[in-house]
Amino acid sequence: MKKTLLAVSLCLGLAVVVIAQSGTVRINAGGATFPNPIYSKWFSEYNKMHPNIEINYQSQGSGFGIAQLTARSIDFGASDMPMTDEQLQKAGFKILHFPTVLGAVVPTYNVPGVTVPLKFTQKALAGIYLGTITKWNDAEIAKPNPGVKLPAEDIVVVHRSEGSGTTFIWTDFLSKVSEDWKNKVSKGTTVNWPVGLGGKGNEGVTGVVKQTPNSIGYVELIFALQNNIAYGDVQNASGTFVKANLASVSEAAAGAAKDMPADFRVSITNAPGKNAYPIASFTWMLIPAQIQDASKRDVIKGFLRWMMSDAQQFCETLSYSKLPAPVVAKEMKVISEIQ
Amino acid sequence: MGTHPTFAGPAGLKSAGPASWSRSLLRRLRNGDEVAHLITLIFAASILLVTAMVVYQLWIHSAESRAHFGWNFFHTSIWDPVFDKFGAWPFIYGTLVTTGVALLIAVPLGLGAAIFLSELAPPKLSSSLSFVIDLLAAVPSVIYGLLAIFTLVPLMSGTIQPFLKRTLGFLPFFQGPAYGYGFLTAGIVLAVMIVPFIISVSREVLLAVPRDQREAALGLGATRWETTWKVVVPHARTGILGSVFLSMARALGETMAVTMVIGNAPKVSASLFSQGYTIAAVIANEFTEATGGLHVSALIELGLVLFLLTFVLNGLARLLIVLTSRRGAGVANT
Repeated sequence: MKKTLLAVSLCLGLAVVVIAQSGTVRINAGGATFPNPIYSKWFSEYNKMHPNIEINYQSQGSGFGIAQLTARSIDFGASDMPMTDEQLQKAGFKILHFPTVLGAVVPTYNVPGVTVPLKFTQKALAGIYLGTITKWNDAEIAKPNPGVKLPAEDIVVVHRSEGSGTTFIWTDFLSKVSEDWKNKVSKGTTVNWPVGLGGKGNEGVTGVVKQTPNSIGYVELIFALQNNIAYGDVQNASGTFVKANLASVSEAAAGAAKDMPADFRVSITNAPGKNAYPIASFTWMLIPAQIQDASKRDVIKGFLRWMMSDAQQFCETLSYSKLPAPVVAKEMKVISEIQ
Repeated sequence: MGTHPTFAGPAGLKSAGPASWSRSLLRRLRNGDEVAHLITLIFAASILLVTAMVVYQLWIHSAESRAHFGWNFFHTSIWDPVFDKFGAWPFIYGTLVTTGVALLIAVPLGLGAAIFLSELAPPKLSSSLSFVIDLLAAVPSVIYGLLAIFTLVPLMSGTIQPFLKRTLGFLPFFQGPAYGYGFLTAGIVLAVMIVPFIISVSREVLLAVPRDQREAALGLGATRWETTWKVVVPHARTGILGSVFLSMARALGETMAVTMVIGNAPKVSASLFSQGYTIAAVIANEFTEATGGLHVSALIELGLVLFLLTFVLNGLARLLIVLTSRRGAGVANT
């Protein structure tokens, strides 16, 4: 009898808890893997401040985010590249783009005997990846690196094997600096590489580059910083050779912020600005312009406002560059347009 | 007889009730045959159903790609997601070549080991070794892939490939730059992965060969090796071939370990040093980021192609078993 009583009271207690919990709002989101570390941090910090709000983020790739949002099986998506006009039309409902943080991609290489950071001209990177520059001692590589003894060896080109936002940023840059690249290969999360071999993920590319003498690859700046991988400087639009770091990436965004389109779908590769790092990009959250469920709408708007203000303090500890202030101001305006 | 009355007890009890159907159900249950028949039939049919549904789904979702490329999909070599041009040939080629290399290495190795374990090794050694081999079969493929990146790839580019180039470099298979990533490395990793299957199944099959077969051969004056090679192995041939085809299916569909070492470049090259790509690897690599309708559709059609490939190769395998067992019967009669 005691046992039954206990069970009944337990059930009642549970019921009370369930009723109390019914105020919980659960948001499902998914998409890009590149910003996943900072997004996870944001969602968990936000949950600490508002225990009744849970945002569940599946980091399965930008393509996943776009496809799932189009099918409306998640509340919002995230992507490393802006949706194309065609994709927006296919979705059938209005989707707003919100830049969240900045990322950059850096060239990493393994050339025996070379210890100082190499400087790469825009032509050199395009030529290497097109397969028109095949030796390390090519004049295009040697010219900006006086005093560096470059071997007369074949260049082994390494790229990402799987579709990724990193590849999109890299090929977007190459498309802007080389007509040939734009016409033959163009930009995308996966492209038809003229030369080279593919490594899986940032770690796969790094692995191949480390083990293969005379190779070159590209990885995310954050990955290079966290794993102490040496990388080269890249020539920007104004002709200066810039080393990628949080400051030079933020400068690229600031340069682009001046003529930011109203829908934030902007590419900031090869951005103007003397010290702007040229292979950088925003990453976006994709939010429906109209959210039927009022409680979800309020939660998402509240979160976005917090993300643009207080939450930006978490960026630099995780090696992400902060958004420039003018961009934040513009985004704040658009947040209030969500209905 | 001892258990019968206790079993009939509840039956008698039930028959007192009005529900007469329970009696007939119980009688049928007691026989058991019909129920067992039905249940096993459902299980068998469900497997067929799942297979049919997989094919149906692949077929439906690849419609866009099939309509767009037709038969050209099979023999064109350009894979360009940006300009929406998709040809499957480099992937089909890569899948066949890596599986071929893997079987070429794994079959002699696996069969030899199985013969040793079942025929020649002391029973204690045999059972403890087979335990270790079964453990190998349970290692996840990503582990094999990582091991390969850190140990096999440097070994290949530093030692094995230069050696092959020096000695057999006149053959088209061993030419070109040796980076360590490519068909040969992928084939070797696959071979290591499937060898435990071949050993494990072949050993069981060899052990199942009746003792009197061996005794008869030895009694006729055959040596131990002659007995093994001319009597025991032919007797177990069907089972051994079965183990080979099981491991072939695994090699065809392996994804992680292959994509980590093959170089992931859709190229068709006679040289085993060249980088390549396989069907399973390209699907795993590109599916999550594929946004264009045609790209997704082409990837699904690749899945269909892999299914067909497995189907055809398995069919050929069955045919081979039928043909060789006929010949075996002929030999036995003479």
